[in-house]
Amino acid sequence: MIFRGDEPEQIGLLKKLYPKGNYFMQGDEAIAYGALFAGCRFYAGYPITPASEIAETMARELPKVRGYYIQMEDEIASIAAVIGASWTGFKSMTATSGPGFSLMQENLGYAVFTETPLVLVDVQRSGPSTGQATKGAQGDFFQARWGTHGDHPIIAISPTSVEDSFWETIRAFNLSEKFRIPVVLLADGIIGHTREQIRIPDPEEVEIVYRKLPANEEESKYPFGDVHGDLVPPMPLFGNGYFTHVTGSTHKESGLRDVYTPEVHDRLVRRLHKKLEVHETEIQKWEEYYVEDADILLVSWGVSARPSLGAVIEARKKGMKVGLFVPKTVHPFPGRRIKELSKNVQTILVPEMNLGQMILEVQRFVREEVPVIGVNKIGGVPLTTEEILKEIESSAERSRHRSAD
Amino acid sequence: MAKEIYTKYKMAKYLRKEALPTALCPGCGGGTVLNAFANAIDQLRIDPRDLVVVSGIGCSAWIASPYFLADTLHTTHGRAIAYATGVKVGLPDKKVVVISGDGDLAGIGGNHLLHAARRNIDITVILVNNFIYGMTGGQVAPTTPFGAVTTTTPYRNVEHPLNIAETVASAGASYVARWTTFHVYQLIESIKKALTVKGFSLVEAISQCPVQFGRRNRMKTPAEMLRWFQKNSVPISKAKTLSPEELKGKIIVGELVNREKPEFTEELNFLIEEVAKQYGLGDKNAD
Repeated sequence: MIFRGDEPEQIGLLKKLYPKGNYFMQGDEAIAYGALFAGCRFYAGYPITPASEIAETMARELPKVRGYYIQMEDEIASIAAVIGASWTGFKSMTATSGPGFSLMQENLGYAVFTETPLVLVDVQRSGPSTGQATKGAQGDFFQARWGTHGDHPIIAISPTSVEDSFWETIRAFNLSEKFRIPVVLLADGIIGHTREQIRIPDPEEVEIVYRKLPANEEESKYPFGDVHGDLVPPMPLFGNGYFTHVTGSTHKESGLRDVYTPEVHDRLVRRLHKKLEVHETEIQKWEEYYVEDADILLVSWGVSARPSLGAVIEARKKGMKVGLFVPKTVHPFPGRRIKELSKNVQTILVPEMNLGQMILEVQRFVREEVPVIGVNKIGGVPLTTEEILKEIESSAERSRHRSAD
Repeated sequence: MAKEIYTKYKMAKYLRKEALPTALCPGCGGGTVLNAFANAIDQLRIDPRDLVVVSGIGCSAWIASPYFLADTLHTTHGRAIAYATGVKVGLPDKKVVVISGDGDLAGIGGNHLLHAARRNIDITVILVNNFIYGMTGGQVAPTTPFGAVTTTTPYRNVEHPLNIAETVASAGASYVARWTTFHVYQLIESIKKALTVKGFSLVEAISQCPVQFGRRNRMKTPAEMLRWFQKNSVPISKAKTLSPEELKGKIIVGELVNREKPEFTEELNFLIEEVAKQYGLGDKNAD
C-alpha cells in the first residue's frame, strides 16, 4: 500500500527495481514510471492508441510494488474505478486518448465535485472523432478545461519531453493530492511515442505529497467543509468508520445532498473555484527562454514547445530578439505573466498542433496593439524548427514595415 | 416525523436519521428493500463500519444512499458497479454492496453488470426492478414487459424485457437470486446469502411502482401490484416442470445460481504476492 509509513519499504523497492541512472524510454513509459515514483498504486484503464503503453507498463510494474492494475470494460468504468479506489486512499490514475477522454468527461466532473484526487492522462491524438488514431495532436486544450459540464475548476499540466513527462506526472499527483482535485495530464502522441534518454532519480530526490486526512472525529464530519481555512477539506477515507456520504449532487459541508437551497450550491461551487484561485502561484508553472529583451515572443506548449525553442535559438543566431514562454500548467492558465511579458513585445506567435486553441487564452491577456498570430499545423506531423523560424522571420519583416510607416 | 420513525422502528439504528423521512413515494417497494437489507445486516451482525454502499442514479439508488448509515458513494448514472470495483480492490476485507435500479444497473450500466459478474469480484448487487424509469417520470425501461404502457410507450411497449437474473447468471456470477417485494422473508435470506458468498452476487428484487408503472397498467394501488407478484410468481423448482407457454408472463423466483469459483480481488492479491516475491526486497532469488 502507499500509505504513510510504508515509504522505507517502497523506497527500497523503487531503488532496487529502477536504480538511479540513465534510461532510454518512451514518453508513455516515463509517465508510468513517474506515477510509480509519485506513489500511484492503483491503475484502471482501457486500451487506446497512443496511450496503451502507459497501461502496459503499469500492468507489468505495479504488481512488483504491490500495486493494482485492472483493465476495465471501457473508459467510463476506468475512471469510475479510479474514483472508487481514491476514496479508499489509493493514489490512482487512468490514461486514455481523444475518444476515451470524451467518454471520461462525466465522471471527471464527478471527481471535481466530490473533490477526489486522481490523475487522468490524455495522450492527445488527432481528431475529431477517431481522426488519425495513431497520430499526435494538441486538440484537447479546451476539452481538458471545459469538457465536463457546469462551472468547475480544473488543473491541467502539459509536459514537453520524455524526461519532463516523468517529472510532470509526479507534479500532477502532488497537486491532485494537495488540493483534492483531479489533475489532467495533457500529454500527446508524439512525445508519448518518442524514445529519448531520461535520468531516473533516487526516490529520495522526489518530493511526494499526501492528501490531508481528518485529524479527529469532528473534522471527519465535514468532508466538504473548509475546516482549516485553506479551502481544502481533509478527506475521510472509506473503511475508517466515519460513515462518509459522497454524492455528485450538490451537497452540504457534511456531504448530505441539498439541491434546493441556492446558497448551498453557490457556497460549494465558489469554494471549489476559490481553492485554485487562492493557490494559483503554487499551481502554475512555466518556463521562459530569452524573454528579457524579446521583441517577438513565442508562446508554445507541450510537443510544440521544443521546435519553438529550436526556432528561437536559430533566430537569436541571426540577431533577432526572440523569446519563448512555455506554460507547463496550462489550466489555470498563467495569463498574468503573459500580460507582463506582452508589454514589451511587438508580436506574439503561438505555435501549436491544432487550428488555434491556446492562442485564445493568450489573446485574453494581451493588449490589442500586439498582434497574436497562430503557427498551426494539423495532420499528425509535428511543427518543425524551420516552419516556426519562417513565421518568426516574416513577423520580424512585418514589424519592420510597421515601424517604417 | 423523522424522530418518530427513529424511536419506533427497530432497524432505525442503521439509518442516517438526518436524511429521514425518505423521499420514496407512499407504497414504493424501495422501503421494503431497505427494510430487508437492514434486517439482513442485522441478522448477520455486520458492523456498518465494515460496509461500503454504492449506488447510481434513480429512485432505487436512494434506498441505501443516503439513508443507510455506512460509507456511501452515490455515483453517476449507471456506473455504480464500476465505482464499487475500485472500492473493493482498495478495501478487500469490507463488504461492498451496490443497491440501485434496473434502469441504472441493467440499462445504462448493463455492460458493467456483465463484466463484474464475469470477473466474479466480491460485490453484492441488490438490483431493484420496478419495470420503469420512475424518477424521470415513468418512461420505458429495458425491463418493461412487452405490451405495457409507459410515458414513452403510450400505445404499448413493442420491445422485449431483459431477463436480468438469467443474464447475470450466465455471465459468471457466484450467486444469483430473484424475489419480489411480496417475498420479504425469502428476500432477506437471499440478501444474507449474497452477502456471505465469496464472489459476485446479485439479488434481483422485483418491486412495485404503483405511481409510475401500476397506475398506467391497471394496478393503481401498492396492494394490487403485490397481489400481481403473488399470483404470477413461480418457484424455480416448479418452473422447471412447466412449458414455455405456461411460463409466459410469470415471474420465476428463487435461487438461480449458487456456486464456488475463484474471486477477483483474491486472485489479484495472489498474483501481486507472487510477483512482489519475485521482485521484492530480501528475496535473494530475484537478485
